[in-house]
Amino acid sequence: MFTNLKTITMTSALALGAFAAPASAEDIKIGVISILEGAFAALGQDGIRGVELAVAEAGGEVAGNEIEVIVMSSDASPDSAVNAARKLIEQDGVDIIVGPLSGSEGLALRDLSKSFPAVTFLNGSSAAQDTTLRDASDNFFRFGGDGAQWMVGVGSFAHDDLGYEKVAVVAEDYSFPYTQVLGFMTEFCAAGGTVPEKFWTPIGAKDYSSIVYSIPSDVDAVFVALGGADAVNFLTQYNQAGGDKPIIGGSITIDQSILDSEGPFKQQLIGAPAGTPTVSDYDGAEWKEFTASYTGQFPDGFSAPSIFAHHYYMSAHAAILALEEVNGDLSGDQAAFRAALTDLEFVTPTGGTMRLDENRNGIVDNFVTEVFEREDGTLGNRVVKVVRDVDQSLGQDPAAFLAQGPVSRDNPSCP
Amino acid sequence: MTFFLIVTLNGLTLAALYFLAASGFTLIFGLMRTVNMAHGALLLLGGYVGFEVAKTTGFWPLGILGGGLAAAFAGALIQFGILGRFQGDELRQTLASIALSIIMADLMLWYWGGITYQVALPDALAGGFKLPLLGVGYASIRLVLIIFAVVVGITLWLVIAKTRLGAIIRAGVDDREMLRALGFDVAKIFIIVFALGGLLAGMAGVVAASALSIAPGTDLQFLLSSLVVVIVGGMGSVGGAALGALLIGLAEQYGLAYAPTYGVVFTFAIMVFVLAVRPQGLLGRSET
Repeated sequence: MFTNLKTITMTSALALGAFAAPASAEDIKIGVISILEGAFAALGQDGIRGVELAVAEAGGEVAGNEIEVIVMSSDASPDSAVNAARKLIEQDGVDIIVGPLSGSEGLALRDLSKSFPAVTFLNGSSAAQDTTLRDASDNFFRFGGDGAQWMVGVGSFAHDDLGYEKVAVVAEDYSFPYTQVLGFMTEFCAAGGTVPEKFWTPIGAKDYSSIVYSIPSDVDAVFVALGGADAVNFLTQYNQAGGDKPIIGGSITIDQSILDSEGPFKQQLIGAPAGTPTVSDYDGAEWKEFTASYTGQFPDGFSAPSIFAHHYYMSAHAAILALEEVNGDLSGDQAAFRAALTDLEFVTPTGGTMRLDENRNGIVDNFVTEVFEREDGTLGNRVVKVVRDVDQSLGQDPAAFLAQGPVSRDNPSCP
Repeated sequence: MTFFLIVTLNGLTLAALYFLAASGFTLIFGLMRTVNMAHGALLLLGGYVGFEVAKTTGFWPLGILGGGLAAAFAGALIQFGILGRFQGDELRQTLASIALSIIMADLMLWYWGGITYQVALPDALAGGFKLPLLGVGYASIRLVLIIFAVVVGITLWLVIAKTRLGAIIRAGVDDREMLRALGFDVAKIFIIVFALGGLLAGMAGVVAASALSIAPGTDLQFLLSSLVVVIVGGMGSVGGAALGALLIGLAEQYGLAYAPTYGVVFTFAIMVFVLAVRPQGLLGRSET
């Protein structure tokens, strides 16, 4: 009897506590959307680490308001990202969403954000161009670049320094590689190079052998914008078929995981240039500090932050800086918070100054890297060139850049 | 012309891989009427285990054997422990196998992570060589793949046509009740057939991991391709699986080469056409 009474008292106390919680604390809820299943799972997990790092650096609170992070997984498809965002908004009542990871997911969340004007969306690492360039949404912010910005420097390097005149393109058939190809071709074609053929392959394709044999034999190099397993498959099969053209890499084509994988195709990658906003072993002071903070926080993480940890970190960091500026005030449909975000300037882990353009897209640093052989025989990427202050128009007149039309399989073109 | 021949060769090698994956699937269906949706997971498991074995021993054929045996064991365990309990209740078996495939995929993701694995090939197979007449390079492993599939196909045909086990399986496909009435231990035979299906799936997984690569998601890709192959070829017919694999492999490669954007349409157009004209599949027997 006595125990029963005790149980009842405890239960009601708990119930009271549960009722009281939302009223007493001004928790700030940040929903994070990343890909935690399938082929991107390990990378998506690193995106979550980026957010956790930013929150941990702020001590888990802003101006006395606790920050609560709620994680949802998507699967790289636009509808999964939309479902994740709806769940975060409608059931968890989040104030801010950080994510998603992949290009077409970003476009879907940009559209969704228009239906939820009371929630602020900060892009994770998705890098389709039109997420911010065309049909932008007032409450969608990208503290990072798009796929075209991530290729800045590579086109002119390939033409002027490496002397390539004719390059074939092999890329996956969706918004992010379209944007990467645009970034490469804008410079490469302006420098006088030509791209006679582009091959768009279904994402997740295993067998590239027929594409391999379609690549014209008179090109100087092949620009490959494939990610993860797709890149390994293509490069292996290209090598096995006796393909001997030099490779130019997209931002996620020649990452460390591919350089660490096994196979004779790797020898062909030595000297291959690529464009990327994140270089694991960049020796800038800010990057070293960021890497130390990351590895200290996550001993189980990668040896250095990936492109995903880097970009999710910048978005979460921006949100926290803006929240600090307005003392955690999210009233009035977050108007003050968004104004703070819009005018925010901060030093990024790569040493540049992050700020937004009028479409709320980041003005960023970009790197041209090349693959080199370390003394112990393993391969790594080293920085050839840093390009600061890359805007979304790639340095062109914004109106003229917009007039070139949205990216697609056929745009741009310079055969 | 050279290009066309190369693409045809690519289609044949892909068909060989699809046949390896689908043969176990169709075998299990033919005897037990179980649509084993965990087939892709068995294939991926075989691929991972094969990778580990090949890496540890440094001997590639041992990897194929190890991957095949691991998947055979897992298959037998699935039939013995779970699906066997619902014998005769096909819908429940199918649903249970879907659940199993999800659980297995997550466990494998947990253990092997989300990265891509490729089984290192012996030096003799790692590179390519010049094809006679055509004068272009071709990957050695892909030709080995065709030989392997032909050997497996012939062995499977011999087992089914010439051995006592094959006779029992054929009898079971025709009339399970009669087989049971004649005093055969049907439960044991089902476990053996499931292990055989797992063996084929596991070996296909290691071959896929050698010629292409494996990663989370590979299980669903091969489950889908196996489904399409057996729907086109006819559920339960090994010859049908070979014919279906040939059609789908060639269609996929011609599609990728000549109409990359719409390549995937060809595969499913074939499937829709077969379902409309001959619902039991090209070599399948209609249920009466």
